[in-house]
Amino acid sequence: MKRSILLSALISGLGLTTPTLAQSPIKIGMITTLSGPGGYLGQDVRDGFKLAIENGKLGGVPVELLVEDDGLKPGQGKQIAEKFMKTDGIKIFTGIIFSNVLGAAVPDIVDNGALYLSANAAPSAFAGKECHGNYFVISWQNDSLHESAGQNATNLGYKKAFILAPNYPAGKDALTGFKRYFKGSIVGEIYTRLDQTDFAAELAQVRAAAPDVVFQFHPGGLGIAFLRQYQQAGLLGKIPMVVAAPSLDAVTLAAVGDAADGLSVTSHWNSDFDNPANRKFMTAWSKAYNRSATYYASQGYDTALAIAAALTATGGKADPKSLGAALRNADFQSVRGKFRFGPNQHPVQDWYSLKVEKGADGKLTLNTKGTVLKDHGDAYATQCKM
Amino acid sequence: MTLVVEQLLNGVQLGVMLFLLAAGLTLVFGVMGIINLAHGSLYMIGAYAAAIVAERSGSTALALVAGLGAAAAFGVLVEIAVLRRLYARDHLDQVLATFALILFVNQATAMLFGRQPIFVAVPSLLQGSIEPIPGLTYPVFRIAVIVVGIVVAIGLYVLINKTRIGMLVRAGATHRQMVRALGVDVRLLFTAVFGLGALLAGLAGVMAGPILAVQVGMGEQILILTFVVMVIGGVGSVRGALLGALMVGIVDTLMRAFMPGLLRGLMAGADADALAAGLSSMGIYLLMAIVLLVRPRGLFPAHA
Repeated sequence: MKRSILLSALISGLGLTTPTLAQSPIKIGMITTLSGPGGYLGQDVRDGFKLAIENGKLGGVPVELLVEDDGLKPGQGKQIAEKFMKTDGIKIFTGIIFSNVLGAAVPDIVDNGALYLSANAAPSAFAGKECHGNYFVISWQNDSLHESAGQNATNLGYKKAFILAPNYPAGKDALTGFKRYFKGSIVGEIYTRLDQTDFAAELAQVRAAAPDVVFQFHPGGLGIAFLRQYQQAGLLGKIPMVVAAPSLDAVTLAAVGDAADGLSVTSHWNSDFDNPANRKFMTAWSKAYNRSATYYASQGYDTALAIAAALTATGGKADPKSLGAALRNADFQSVRGKFRFGPNQHPVQDWYSLKVEKGADGKLTLNTKGTVLKDHGDAYATQCKM
Repeated sequence: MTLVVEQLLNGVQLGVMLFLLAAGLTLVFGVMGIINLAHGSLYMIGAYAAAIVAERSGSTALALVAGLGAAAAFGVLVEIAVLRRLYARDHLDQVLATFALILFVNQATAMLFGRQPIFVAVPSLLQGSIEPIPGLTYPVFRIAVIVVGIVVAIGLYVLINKTRIGMLVRAGATHRQMVRALGVDVRLLFTAVFGLGALLAGLAGVMAGPILAVQVGMGEQILILTFVVMVIGGVGSVRGALLGALMVGIVDTLMRAFMPGLLRGLMAGADADALAAGLSSMGIYLLMAIVLLVRPRGLFPAHA
């Protein structure tokens, strides 16, 4: 008797468990950006995802999360994906932050029959004709982030806009998205560099063009530099700015100080959303981590919730076919409230306007003001034939 | 017209930042023959130290001292602990070791201070903007950066051309063996030069804090530009670094500022913008290619 227990313990220790003893955990591969200036984005997606794993389980099924850093290098992202598939036999992937990394890694993943759930980047290239049954997006389609900003600028009555974004896939999606919903005229359009740190040349052009409003997309550290230099150039308070969530999250807000005062932001999530799922998320986050929750964290959390719901529905079956079918129902309580998938498996959701305001303690906070777009999908869904 | 002047000022200001970094890098390479990839890390250390001290103490002077001190101290430490073992080795070993230092410093910074960028306030004395010529408002802080750059350039000129240490540095750059044979303590000289390079990188970091995002990996963003400056100016020459930095800063800024406008006169708006964005990111590399075509060893090579 004792001997058999010892033996089974030994076997399970070696990872040779039989289903009757204990189910071996389902592996989930997370490729994300943890180093360099974009590092906090990946860190928040990862930590948000981890928060939804309860006692090592998602939807009652044991899971194991494997995380690797892509270093914002497309080639490295692709290599990690290959390694995860070949050596670890992983069938569920998530985590990529930047569109250029996603573009390199995702085709391999879905062509090999594995599932990819995007917790952030969703370039237009994969939303239309190139959509894929194994590719899900939990966050948003890139354009739609900025469509909400365009609609917001229209709602606020601005007529002449000056728009700027970095010269990479998501930057192009951003300006396209903004222009799609902005009804006024564009007086200037600039593509900056993804590694640019000094925006003085661009700001001088903004001043010379004298627009009603500036729209810019500069995620992470780029946005911090842009906003601070905008303030130092004396443009803050003179020319209003509308941005979408990536250009001003909780972290950048803390790092720019007064330079964000009065900014109009649009987002699909904010920390002050009053729904049960979000209250639970915010409580768990503040308990687990000693920092502000960003929308990246909420997307990581939502992605894990979506997987959990699908695993519950399949009764623990994790083969891509049954899990994909269950995922399509999106039967989970998103922290943003309403959530469903469109025909291209990208979200259909509401977009909100937020405003940066000084609280009673003099600290700047992002407050939700109203709805900008309702049940908003994306412009590419109709081109998707699955 | 004021726009051109403003853009030129912007170019000079970017050039000054690059000069502070490139001067140290080029001195270290010229005198010691070391390719130091971790130069960007020294810049980051300067920025972090200043940011943290400024936040805790609220004093700009203390922050400046802390930033310079931390960068110089770390530079000296690295020279004694790591680089001293590498002088005799070939460049590949040096590149590998200093690349490892980048990874080490970045990870350590992320562990100590987190991956979130930190906020650095503009010193109250240098807030706001002034109007140097009518119709042109320019941030005081950026003017201060330019002034500091000019002061450092003059200081380095005096140090290198008028003092005994400078004489040793110049001699070390051109006739290293002879300097050693004459009984100069080359080890001490090397440590001093590396420390000076680190100090300048730290100064650039301190000044970058209020303008840029102080975060892990900030050094690598600017490192490539710094190498371009060093190659254009001629390896080992501080004069070359100054001229190269100003050229890179001004060319980069002016291309970014005026290329779209120029091209828009020739073709449709969207095409012009896309082409201008591409051309302006190539601008400095084109400049480097042209300079190297005419002067293969840079503008002022130290080992001519």
